[in-house]
Amino acid sequence: MDWSLPLNASTQGEAIDNLFWLIFWITVTAFVVVEAGVLWFLWKYRGRKGRQARYTHGNATAEVIWTTIPAVVMVFLGIYSGRVWASIRSSDSYPDDALTIGVMAKQFEWIVTYPGEDRMLGNADDFTIRNRFEIPVNEPVVVMLESEDAIHSFFIPEMRVKQDAVPGMTIPIWFEAIRTGEFQIACAELCGLGHYRMRARVVVHDPTSYEAWYDERSAEAFAAEE
Amino acid sequence: MTRKAWTKGLAASWIVALAACGGGGNGGAGEDTGGEAGAAAGGDAAAPAVDPATAATIRGVVTYEGVSPTMTEIDMSEEPVCAEKYPTDRPMTEQVVSADGRLANAFVYVKEGLAGEWPAPAEPAALDQVGCRYDPHILGLQAGQTLLITNSDAVLHNINTQPTANRGFNISQPQAGMVSHREFSRAEVMIPVKCDVHGWMHAFLGIVDHPYHAVSLADGTFEIASLPPGTYTIEAWHEVYGTMSQEVIVGDSETAEVAFAYSADMASADVPMAEPLVLTHGPDDGHEAAHGAGNAGADR
Repeated sequence: MDWSLPLNASTQGEAIDNLFWLIFWITVTAFVVVEAGVLWFLWKYRGRKGRQARYTHGNATAEVIWTTIPAVVMVFLGIYSGRVWASIRSSDSYPDDALTIGVMAKQFEWIVTYPGEDRMLGNADDFTIRNRFEIPVNEPVVVMLESEDAIHSFFIPEMRVKQDAVPGMTIPIWFEAIRTGEFQIACAELCGLGHYRMRARVVVHDPTSYEAWYDERSAEAFAAEE
Repeated sequence: MTRKAWTKGLAASWIVALAACGGGGNGGAGEDTGGEAGAAAGGDAAAPAVDPATAATIRGVVTYEGVSPTMTEIDMSEEPVCAEKYPTDRPMTEQVVSADGRLANAFVYVKEGLAGEWPAPAEPAALDQVGCRYDPHILGLQAGQTLLITNSDAVLHNINTQPTANRGFNISQPQAGMVSHREFSRAEVMIPVKCDVHGWMHAFLGIVDHPYHAVSLADGTFEIASLPPGTYTIEAWHEVYGTMSQEVIVGDSETAEVAFAYSADMASADVPMAEPLVLTHGPDDGHEAAHGAGNAGADR
């Protein structure tokens, strides 16, 4: 069984993974200390003949310590994770001039709209493909996420990106792939009986192969329309 | 309340209830006698017996003029179980199936001119899902006739119908061999059917009140047999090119030939979809079949 995180394939992956491991080790340490304490007390104060239980009114010093330390840790984690969040989700973190791709989630498929040569959506030169999300490596991509029916969730584990697609809203989400390869969009919000198989193929191309793929698919799309 | 008051009250309610039942019965009887001129839902009228000695046939061909649009290959790579069923013949989209100037998959039916009622046939109309396609792509059936839906693929399909005059349904068939039965109670031309799991799967159901309907074959031909002699309006419906109708007169034991000529420039037609259809019965009937402005075809 593989206990490691999925392969990291995006620029934001490292920061997210570091945060994950930091929280993980803090909580593991706290867990071990607390459980060890529980077990020790269980053993030390086990019932024995002639031993009388007695009440204690508590220990102010202990209570201050075990409140302050977690509070400081929580505040630290809050600020740290807030900064990681801002680096991915704040409005000025969105790169200018990113490639914009429209993704419409519907039961039970992903309708992907690619822009034309102008790299902007909403024009006559856009074309649509079902269940294929293909992008170039090392280039930031902004996904304009929409839903046609239920709430779905756009999730590419290797890109460390997940965003609910909500009907009535257009939600921008960005990421930048750092390695080529094939991945998957997996719907991460229960949306009906076909939710378990609501997948799309994600292909990250090197620049040459992306251009070749793009030219071929846009030519196909416009030939079919004629 | 006193016991006496309770008894009086109970007696009063019984009397009122009995009176209401009696009144309802009278009203019902009145409605029945009043309804004989129009279409009675109860099926009181027997199907007009078509005398085999005089039964007529309308036969014809649906042609297509112009360059047939290229159908594209359906990418089934995301569903290997279905993709495997096409080792040689590739699965192609079905909006326009046309060869040698003939057009298949046109739904042809008698729209006007029939008088009487026909009980729905006991035999069901079959819609199969095989190779991640609906078979047939266009299916005609009668209101009240059972639609038998089977899944011949070992994958999840859902059958999502979107009528407007009927109650629709959206059911799943996760396993091969599953069978479902449904019925539509009203005539409606046409009802789109789609599978949400496989976005390329589409079919259309034509529901009519009588058995006089057909779907044009690959060679464009169709036949509507055992018609009572008379004057009829025959309509052809195609999912891309829309509708065309013609008046046809058939005499005793006659076979009338009809041609519907579609052409490439009809591609921008408004295709009527999911429209309720009222069978017109003759001079007694004051209303025409209800047809609003056509809607664009279903999502592809």
